[in-house]
Amino acid sequence: MLKPIKLIPDNLNIGFMRWSKVAIIASTIAILVSIAGAFVLGLNFGIDFKGGTLIEIRTKGPADIAALRKTIGKLGLGSYELQEFGDPRDILIRFETQPGGEEAQQKAIRKVKEALGPEVEYRRVEIVGPKVSGELTKDGIIAVLTALVGVMIYIWFRFEWQFALGAVASLTHDVLLTIGLFAFTRLEFNLSIIAAILTIVGYSLNDTVVVYDRIRENMRRYKKKKLPELIDLSINQMLSRTILTSLSTLVALLALYFFGGEVIRGFTFTMIWGVLVGTYSSIFIAAPILIWLGARLPTEEEAAAAKEKAASRP
Amino acid sequence: MFRLTTWKIVSIFGIIFLGFLFALPNALPDSVLSKLPDFLPKNRIVLGLDLQGGSHLLWEVDKQALKKTLLTQLRGDIRQGLWVERKIRHTISIRKDGSLLVTITDPARVEEAAKVLKDLARPVQVGLFGTGGSAPEIEVRQDGNRFILRFTEAGLEARIRRAVEQAIEVIRRRLDELGMTEATIQQQGPDRIIVQAPGMKDPARLKKAIGQTARLTFQLLCEAQPTGRPGERVPPGCIELPDAQNPNQKYWVQTSRRATVEGTDLVDAQPAFDSRTGEPIVTFRFNQKGALKFGRLTKANVGKPFAIILDGKVVSAPVIQTPILGGTGQISGRFTVEETKLLAIVLRSGALPAKLTIVEERTVGPSLGSDSIRAGVTASVIGLVAVLVFMIFTYGLFGIFADIALLANLILLIGVLTAFQATLTLPGIAGIVLTLGMAVDSNVLVFERVREELRAGRSVLNALETGFSRAFGTILDANITTLIAAVVLFGLGSGPVRGFAVTLGVGIVTTVFTAYTLTRLIVAIWVHYARPRELPL
Repeated sequence: MLKPIKLIPDNLNIGFMRWSKVAIIASTIAILVSIAGAFVLGLNFGIDFKGGTLIEIRTKGPADIAALRKTIGKLGLGSYELQEFGDPRDILIRFETQPGGEEAQQKAIRKVKEALGPEVEYRRVEIVGPKVSGELTKDGIIAVLTALVGVMIYIWFRFEWQFALGAVASLTHDVLLTIGLFAFTRLEFNLSIIAAILTIVGYSLNDTVVVYDRIRENMRRYKKKKLPELIDLSINQMLSRTILTSLSTLVALLALYFFGGEVIRGFTFTMIWGVLVGTYSSIFIAAPILIWLGARLPTEEEAAAAKEKAASRP
Repeated sequence: MFRLTTWKIVSIFGIIFLGFLFALPNALPDSVLSKLPDFLPKNRIVLGLDLQGGSHLLWEVDKQALKKTLLTQLRGDIRQGLWVERKIRHTISIRKDGSLLVTITDPARVEEAAKVLKDLARPVQVGLFGTGGSAPEIEVRQDGNRFILRFTEAGLEARIRRAVEQAIEVIRRRLDELGMTEATIQQQGPDRIIVQAPGMKDPARLKKAIGQTARLTFQLLCEAQPTGRPGERVPPGCIELPDAQNPNQKYWVQTSRRATVEGTDLVDAQPAFDSRTGEPIVTFRFNQKGALKFGRLTKANVGKPFAIILDGKVVSAPVIQTPILGGTGQISGRFTVEETKLLAIVLRSGALPAKLTIVEERTVGPSLGSDSIRAGVTASVIGLVAVLVFMIFTYGLFGIFADIALLANLILLIGVLTAFQATLTLPGIAGIVLTLGMAVDSNVLVFERVREELRAGRSVLNALETGFSRAFGTILDANITTLIAAVVLFGLGSGPVRGFAVTLGVGIVTTVFTAYTLTRLIVAIWVHYARPRELPL
């Protein structure tokens, strides 16, 4: 019979909460640095949020990016950027929205095509107008906030308010650190990154809820235990699961990162980061916040009172 | 709880078998697919534009232009009603805020004029099936002999709505004429239209075919024509229009209805060559009403020049040699053959009710699309195998159970996506791979729980039962929260991102089913036959 390998030994007892102060201080610093980075450096917004034109070309041989830069630079397209895209033959050209409406954008593309000649293959052309990019930015922010609020309501409903606040705090932590990552790495921030952030919200929450679930169960079982002790016990009990799930998700994401192609590499990179940060935050942020907020289950009298109140409602 | 009932086994495997049937066409080559009996599903998964290559164009009704057209029309209607029909003296000016100022210079007839103007402000239906009552489209305010007319918000909205509806019809006809029947056309929001055309190599032709308003009119030229001297003023009843080829050359064209024949009365237009010069031209034919009007106009104006105007530009301005009574004619204007082909198509399919502009365009070439498919499939296979191996390593026999569930999950996921004809995009493939990675979470939760229960001293069967039942609440909570994120994502989504949300969302549902329900069934069957004394966990 197949024998499983145990990655995490049974009956571990790591004192996570002893380290929680250090972790929260470190996270607070990281959040502040992220926010500062986002404000000072700004994000490298893609055309989804900034408007403009993106052209992906494939040249016959390895591309001479310096020569191409010179050719494009002569066209007078305002601020522009060239970058290799996954393969030495593939080049991404981006330039800002041209003044003069739709016609001007089309004209700029024709100019680029004329300048590059017939030897070049056009793999992708994207134009996003300023109005649409403004809407996409707004929609993106609304989406992330809606997800956070929706989740908070669900957890409030299923658990207690302390849990809801703790979960949202840890999710906000994840989102802010991800934004910080983009501020410092200068990776392009586009619509698919918003999708990745929402998925991180989903994943990190998944992790948090699983730990909370166990904390709640243990609260019922060990009524006398102190909260920090109880949380440590719960995290240790779930540690094996937390690590195994993170590993299997990471395994799948790494396959996507290395083999899924350049188009979604930014997306998978964000997800990998999110799995790491999300796993960390559900242990070191979401759990200790419960101690601070003094989470407890309603006592029997309170529960009875709540029931009576609900019953007396018309 | 762990008892096997026949109906349970049948329904669980039945669902997976159904998923398999729907997923199957994706794996079969065309030759096999066509030989399958008719009762089997034959649809394949729909690939998004980012995978098969194609153009996504988002058009917006140019509201400013539409407003301007509406005002010009309104001015024409007022002139018709007050002067042409009743000879009431007045002046009309268009004000900066988009309203019309009408001053009646015939004091005795102000009351009569007020009645005419109020008749113009006929009500429109508000709300679906007119349930919201009706609201006036045009608001009229009187101040002595001065009237201010403006379109109300409701009136403008109604016009925009109608314009979008008509535009969608026109675009559909044009794309059909171009042979692009696979293209999808959808309204988005109150004033936008999405056109998605798969497999387009060059979107320029598509853009031209959709974006051309194609408003064709035949209008008499004015007696006086611009000479280019400074200080010249356009005579009353005329407007200045540029030449289509040479924008610096201007024409003065009569605006009255009597001097105009509208292209809306065209029934046919074809690309052709001029029999004398060999130049590419477009020939057209009017319906009876148009033919009559065109005949009358040309008969009364032999020897005078008239202008053929397309989208506000003068294509050509020939002199009327003989009355054209047969209702046919031709348009020449230094066109290329390609241009006449396109022009004939857009004239045949009718004019757009308003100018459309592109606000977003995304075109993916076929080579990038097929590269993306290849990369997506490679990543999926590697990711799947890696997760499968990982599970066997950590859970041994139970890992194999989880792996069976995982494969069933993948089949079910593809089956559901195919059955509902959801669009698969590259982020969608990422969603599938991510689902595979996260799906085992449910198994892990159960198996870890069973391990705990065993350590707590429960018997094999008891540990399994409590493990499964206690983990269920956690699994549900964990998945519902991810589902919330997926739903939000779907609401936000356009194109590829929405594809991701769909696979993520569907994946969560199939995951709960396979990783929990199916795994439990497999374990139950195994317990039933192997009757284990201890668990290999």
